[in-house]
Amino acid sequence: MIEEEASVFAPAGYLRIAGAALVGIIYASPVIWMILTAFKSRPDALASPPKLFFTPTLEHFWSIFHRVSADGTQIFDTGFGRNMFNSVFICTVSVALALGIGVLAAYGFARLPLRGRGYYMFYILAMRMLPPIALIVPLYFLFRVTGFGGSYTAIILVYTAFNLPFAIWMLRSFLDELHRPIEEAARLDGTPELEVLWKICLPQIRSGVAATAIIAFVFTWNDFLFSVLLTGTDTRTVPVAMTRTMGADAGVDWGVFAAIGTIYLIPILLVAYFLQDQLLRGATFGTVSR
Amino acid sequence: MSVALAGRTRGRLGGSAAPFIAPALLVLALVNLVPILWSIGISFFRYRVDHPAIPPRFVGVGNYVDFVADADIWEHFVNTGTLIASSVLVQLVVGALLALLFHRPFPGRRLVLMLVLSPMLLSMVVVGTFFNLFYDPTFGIVGIVMRALTGAPFAPLGSPRAAMVSLVIADAWMWSPFVMLMLLAGLQGTPRYLFEAASIDRASSWRRFWTVIFPSIRGVLLLALLFRTIESFNMFDLIYTITNGGPGTSTETVATEIYDTGFVLFETGRASALGNLSLFAVLVLTNLYFQAVRRQDRASYR
Repeated sequence: MIEEEASVFAPAGYLRIAGAALVGIIYASPVIWMILTAFKSRPDALASPPKLFFTPTLEHFWSIFHRVSADGTQIFDTGFGRNMFNSVFICTVSVALALGIGVLAAYGFARLPLRGRGYYMFYILAMRMLPPIALIVPLYFLFRVTGFGGSYTAIILVYTAFNLPFAIWMLRSFLDELHRPIEEAARLDGTPELEVLWKICLPQIRSGVAATAIIAFVFTWNDFLFSVLLTGTDTRTVPVAMTRTMGADAGVDWGVFAAIGTIYLIPILLVAYFLQDQLLRGATFGTVSR
Repeated sequence: MSVALAGRTRGRLGGSAAPFIAPALLVLALVNLVPILWSIGISFFRYRVDHPAIPPRFVGVGNYVDFVADADIWEHFVNTGTLIASSVLVQLVVGALLALLFHRPFPGRRLVLMLVLSPMLLSMVVVGTFFNLFYDPTFGIVGIVMRALTGAPFAPLGSPRAAMVSLVIADAWMWSPFVMLMLLAGLQGTPRYLFEAASIDRASSWRRFWTVIFPSIRGVLLLALLFRTIESFNMFDLIYTITNGGPGTSTETVATEIYDTGFVLFETGRASALGNLSLFAVLVLTNLYFQAVRRQDRASYR
């Protein structure tokens, strides 16, 4: 728990608590604005000065899933369910893959002899720092040529590679912190390395794996750039699908836009609230040891 | 599974790291190395990805030479530099202040921290689009407040300087909590005995900050500096949705220029050349960071 860990420091005084609460509200105010807008009717959403009190409506949440035809007789499905499924599916699979491949590599770097380890680690970190836009130009072309463009395989592969460097760095630092004697004993008994990793190391770094997962999840969940250029109609994720509410001439449909933003924020907000300690560890890429 | 087999057949203590890191290197090679090599190759050609029938025409270093002569490109690099310098500075200072405000435990801290963290959990498209609304001269809250205060109409995205400041504010609002997170983690990693020793010595809080707290978070601060610098360098979504490079080209950066060249004009060769220049810049920055860390490690063992 954060509260216990932080006990290095004396508890905060009232003044500090009041200040912290005020800062919290300031930071959250645009988010609160978005959530309020999701419940406002169309005229209320753009009222000037902005309305704090209004009659809430759920029409935008209905409009997320349904689109009424121009003559008002037919109702179409917007495919938002599919977008939501894509976001969850692509995110989960690519984060899981990055963790699986990442923990193997981290174990290799942390425990097994390797010449030029420092160079490998440098290049792996450098891969995470590359400008995505510079990578997308060639990726866009390569996927198009190989026929993978717009497939789940393509976008999942890209997100896996995007999260991998970070996962390797994090997980390695957690492995470095472990006490070795049990592992060494198991190795002397002839236990294969893979079994040492699976049965002895992994159970001990479970919170480290969670920390890695949540940070990777936040980055993948909200990505727009890779998704907009590398997914197709069937594989569209929510951040890209949101842009359909921005008509070229009609302007942004603020109510629906805010409603999608709100729905999309809820899962990640819950995850972050319950795994806040892990988020805190994850933020340093595992460079801070306890 | 080849990995499992390789692990088992090597009986000697330690085994080899190769089968363990091979899958990771394979994925990174596929998604990062191959595209980079292709991008280096195509940067010597004139090529449009939207016209695959027209074969690439070799122009040598022509694409790169064009940049040297192109004043606009240098303006984009200057814009990028301005944006990085101001945005990262604001984020580090605000993030550090937030960390100092939140490092002591209090009831409800978890909830309040969640409020502070909520911006970085939002999609950049949402943040960008909403800030675009906040900055709207007619409907935007910023314009409304400024009009009430000064009596004159105010368009935050109307002038180059104000547009830049508006971008920095949006970026800092979204990412200063991330710097706070890093520093909080750094503070909690500080050995408890150092704080106890400092409080026994009755060191002043100013002294305590510089002798105990600062040295223990220096590493994290350096990492935050690197990470935010590179993320700001790579920033695309926010600029695209808030100013779209405007007014004029005053907030156009290297990243938006690559996007425009590659996906609006479809000049793939030229976009690749510019992409390679920015890859190079990022490699240099990361390398500088590694050297700084190594120097710091050496200093701390002394």
